[in-house]
Amino acid sequence: MPLRLYQHKQLMLKILKYSFYDLMRSRWSYVYFLFYLALGFVLLFLNNDLSKAVITLMNVIIVLVPLISTIFGVMYFYNSKEFTELLLAQPLKRSSIFLGQYLGVASSLTMSLIFGLGIPFVLYGLFRSDTIWDFSLLLITGAFLTLIFTALAFNIALSNENKIKGFGYAVLLWLFLAVIYDGLFLLSLIVFEDYPLDSYSLVATMFNPIDLSRTLILLKLDISALLGYTGAVFKSFFGTNLGLLVSIAMLLIWTILPIWRLAYKSKRKDF
Amino acid sequence: MIQIDSLHKNFGKNQVLSNLDLEIHGGGIFAVLGPNGSGKTTLIKSILGMVVPNKGSITVLDKRIKKNWKYRQEIDYLPQIANFPGNLRVKELIRMIKDLRQKESKELELIKLFGLEPYLDKKLGTLSGGTKQKVNIVLTFMFDSPLIILDEPTTGLDPASLIKLKQLILQEKNRGKTILITTHIMQFVEEMADEIVYLLEGNIYFKGSVEQLMTKTKQTDFEHAIAAISTQTADA
Repeated sequence: MPLRLYQHKQLMLKILKYSFYDLMRSRWSYVYFLFYLALGFVLLFLNNDLSKAVITLMNVIIVLVPLISTIFGVMYFYNSKEFTELLLAQPLKRSSIFLGQYLGVASSLTMSLIFGLGIPFVLYGLFRSDTIWDFSLLLITGAFLTLIFTALAFNIALSNENKIKGFGYAVLLWLFLAVIYDGLFLLSLIVFEDYPLDSYSLVATMFNPIDLSRTLILLKLDISALLGYTGAVFKSFFGTNLGLLVSIAMLLIWTILPIWRLAYKSKRKDF
Repeated sequence: MIQIDSLHKNFGKNQVLSNLDLEIHGGGIFAVLGPNGSGKTTLIKSILGMVVPNKGSITVLDKRIKKNWKYRQEIDYLPQIANFPGNLRVKELIRMIKDLRQKESKELELIKLFGLEPYLDKKLGTLSGGTKQKVNIVLTFMFDSPLIILDEPTTGLDPASLIKLKQLILQEKNRGKTILITTHIMQFVEEMADEIVYLLEGNIYFKGSVEQLMTKTKQTDFEHAIAAISTQTADA
């Protein structure tokens, strides 16, 4: 590895470390962790069935992870303004500072999710069950959603000096992708029902990471009743395995694009 | 040491720096003065790379600073308002900055000088303004860099600490360093500065020694001389 790149990576890892420690001290990381822990135990005891618990969890994760990541991301960015200004005057590259902070937040949220849900499921006997792959995919999707929505939140906060505005936009973004988007999509399907809508709905799903995650998990679980129209189109178009690959690839793009914009915009901002 | 050529910066429609040229050769204390909103902080932040200029070039220690970040290794900067992450302890903050810069540092000496030992385990959020400023000063002076930039260094300091700060600055000057200071305390400038850079409406209006300024404005008192600049330009 060239020396410059190596130094850049080292410094970014240091920022990541300090942001991570900072968050690990914050009460909210524990609240988030304990919430998942409680959710995991309650679901397993109420359902007494691993695969049913996985489906319920999916419905919770798909809505809640984006919401918490968005709010946490925006809050952290604005709260660490002083820390950021201190770092900007140090011999550090801007992208190391912002990517380091971003990865610090995203990784601490991901850890709360993975340990919070992982512990009750492992205790329940996950390793002796064949739902382990479904469960792993659920956590991977949860991690992707955390990475995506934290990155989107950082982008919004970076572009808005005004905290209230930034917060408002972030919540609106979540509301749009989690609720309104599906409504509009359904409406459009009804309005244009006379036309062939297969490729349209494929594309529409890809433009929303939450829909994409839902389709991805349902494809894996292979429950046709829950798959819905888009899922069915996905399945008939790509087949289960290719469908899985394509949706994971799309989630990767959804992750990389906002991170790239974060690095790009942070280089051009005045502080 | 610092070479600035035709620097432009505007924030939206607000032109802050317009076609500014400045050359600072090594050694000595340079006071950057000017009325509120004249672009002092923007100029300093441009040198530090925190503000990205619209046009023009800045060279620090013979290195173009555009798309460069390593040159900041040679700069110690004291920010105007000592804002630190509130839930970090003083000790941890010092350790963190040392870890990031990987340079030799003399923080123990400075902690002793400013009597900060009892505060090392306190969280930064609980410190008073003056104590925060002392921590700020320790963080700035603990490294040995050829260029030191101080933005309102006297804020919140008690007289005893102010004297220590002055001694510290003079000590660094005698070691051949270049020190850039902004302040509104004219007595401090008169006492310390070798050269004055006076900014007005985004450009350099005057650059020279305290004596030259007094001759130019035909004043015998430094504070009046500075005030005279603004009235002279208002009349013109």
